[in-house]
Amino acid sequence: MACVFVRGIGSINLEFLTTVTSAINGTFGILGNIVNALYIIVITILIATPIGIGAAVYLTEYAKPGKLVNLIEFTTETLSGIPSIIYGLFGMVFFGTSLKLGFSILCGSLTLTIMILPIIISTTQSALKTIHMSYRSGAMGIGATKWYMIRTIILPSAMPGIVTAVILSIGRIVGESAALLFTAGSAYLLPKSFFGHIFTSAGTLTIQMYLSMSKAEYGQAFGIALILICVVLLINFLTKVVIKLGTK
Amino acid sequence: MARHTFDTELQNLKVELVRMAGMVEEQINNSKEAFKRKNDKLAMDVIEKDRAVDDIEKSIESKCLSLLLKQQPVARDLRTVSTALKMVTDLERIGDQAADIADLVRHMDGEHIYSIVQHLPPMAELSVEMVHNSIMAFVSEDMELAKETIEQDDKVDELFDQVKNEVVEILKSDPDKMDSSINFLMIAKYLERIGDHAENICDWTEFSETGDYKNARIL
Amino acid sequence: MENKISVTNLNLYYGQNHALKSVSMDIPERKITAFIGPSGCGKSTFLKTLNRMNDLVENCRIEGEILLDGEDIYSPKVDTTLLRKKVGMVFQQPNPFPMSIYDNVAYGPRIHGIKDKRTLDEIVETSLRGAAIFDEVKDRLKKSALGLSGGQQQRLCIARALAVRPGVILMDEPTSALDPISTLKIEDLMDDLKKQYTVAIVTHNMQQAARIADYTAFFLVGEMVETGATSDLFSRPKDKRTEDYITGRFG
Repeated sequence: MACVFVRGIGSINLEFLTTVTSAINGTFGILGNIVNALYIIVITILIATPIGIGAAVYLTEYAKPGKLVNLIEFTTETLSGIPSIIYGLFGMVFFGTSLKLGFSILCGSLTLTIMILPIIISTTQSALKTIHMSYRSGAMGIGATKWYMIRTIILPSAMPGIVTAVILSIGRIVGESAALLFTAGSAYLLPKSFFGHIFTSAGTLTIQMYLSMSKAEYGQAFGIALILICVVLLINFLTKVVIKLGTK
Repeated sequence: MARHTFDTELQNLKVELVRMAGMVEEQINNSKEAFKRKNDKLAMDVIEKDRAVDDIEKSIESKCLSLLLKQQPVARDLRTVSTALKMVTDLERIGDQAADIADLVRHMDGEHIYSIVQHLPPMAELSVEMVHNSIMAFVSEDMELAKETIEQDDKVDELFDQVKNEVVEILKSDPDKMDSSINFLMIAKYLERIGDHAENICDWTEFSETGDYKNARIL
Repeated sequence: MENKISVTNLNLYYGQNHALKSVSMDIPERKITAFIGPSGCGKSTFLKTLNRMNDLVENCRIEGEILLDGEDIYSPKVDTTLLRKKVGMVFQQPNPFPMSIYDNVAYGPRIHGIKDKRTLDEIVETSLRGAAIFDEVKDRLKKSALGLSGGQQQRLCIARALAVRPGVILMDEPTSALDPISTLKIEDLMDDLKKQYTVAIVTHNMQQAARIADYTAFFLVGEMVETGATSDLFSRPKDKRTEDYITGRFG
């Protein structure tokens, strides 16, 4: 890390952070990549969180324990261990080609969604499972319906766990490259329109770093690396804070 | 048997109670004998032994209270403990009255005091028998005997009335016998009370077995 | 004396396990009825059938009839939400929800659609007073309920049950997790509650049943062995098994 810091700090300056790489202006900057990363993060989380929480709630609260649930839980665990390049391959073939999304933020986000769903589902599930049965019977005992009980008691109590899951997922997204290379592409341009951008190709920080490295621009690569490390540190720190608040 | 300690303690309580009943029975018997034979030494003996009866009463009471405190008995156990608690009082009173009679006997003059009042000897015999029977009924949980004993009390009361009339007659004919007459009357009264206490013991025996006291529910 | 709940020939099965065997008994209105018996005798299961909490258990099958105010609570027309509004429940472990004291008590009324702030304020206060805890918490209604002591939490849970204005309150060993002083407070409270509510309580503590209950029923391996006035049951039980159990000579 010290090595990254020493070799990276030199490349970081205002231009590095606030401009877009441009042959015409002769600048090298990662602003476009930062914006792209934000897009990818927000969209992925927007898609994955409701699905993940919904699935977790279904699995723990509604589904009858049995083979199917065990199978799903087993699959989820396995999925979280698969190398991300395989997600990239699948995303490229399924979302990129079959659904004709090509290289785009949406395609990348959908791919990442599949990748982080297991994290969200299993973390949320373990948060749900730690909620004491007595809350459930207490609420049902005074006439709450199951869904009302889940909305008003179970989900609020599981919130720290869910937030942890989301933050962990963001960390995973920030650090992801392999799954995005074939799906979200590597463009480093600033968005031309707010919503239209999600259908365009966009490289995140890691992708830019990969590109810099393949062009032997090690200074740039280390600069990006340093920023990535900072972001990951920040995310881990946030997770700790959230967990601490939750267990209070 | 899940409550070994409790059962042992209840058993000990019963043993103590039977021991006290035996002591009291012996006291009233000796008291009657002292009266019958004008035996001052035996009378003195009865008076002295009364303290031992009082001691065992205290010991049983404290056992009962400690069982109530520690074991919080219910149902049959509660009846056993409360019966013991009530019964010791009756036994102790019988013991006291035996000593009182002995004390009166000691202070009376003459060899043949026993049969001066004709109805007094059968009354004494019957009262002593009642005490014996009530204790037997309790020890052997014999409800029939308890009932019979309760009925005997009427006979004792009847004899008491006859003794009373006799004493009045004696006083009328010979006012000089004022002192001894009053002593006879007091002995008769003690015997009558002893009969009542024996009856109480039978009532508590019945309560201990059935939960009814004098045919009414108190618990 | 009116019967609030009347149970006839109730049989309950968990899969193959016959957990309640032909239980028939009445629960009189505005009285405390206690269910006693050794662990696994079915007393808690029986209590839960009274507001259909057993519906939540897998493979649970029920035969027989339970009438609440003359109406069969197992009839298909019955809405369990409404049933549980009429028959509230307090559990062994105090289980206040992780929210403020106020929101805990308002939880029930809100389920049943009461939103008006003033009505809710009033219900919260009456319920907390009803559970004899208002004075202890009136200055911290907006604070988390989890900061209360165990005994206070349990009284809060009772207030929460009272807030939906039930006719019947079921209590499943409500004091077994509490210290003796809190226990006595709850027992005092139950004595107050029976002026307005019908109370049914499962307890492991026979002295507690003897202290507070007007009627007691003794359960053994799924059977209701004996029921009657508490004073009768504890002084002269009719059944040998009851006598053995209450005098501690069971098994």
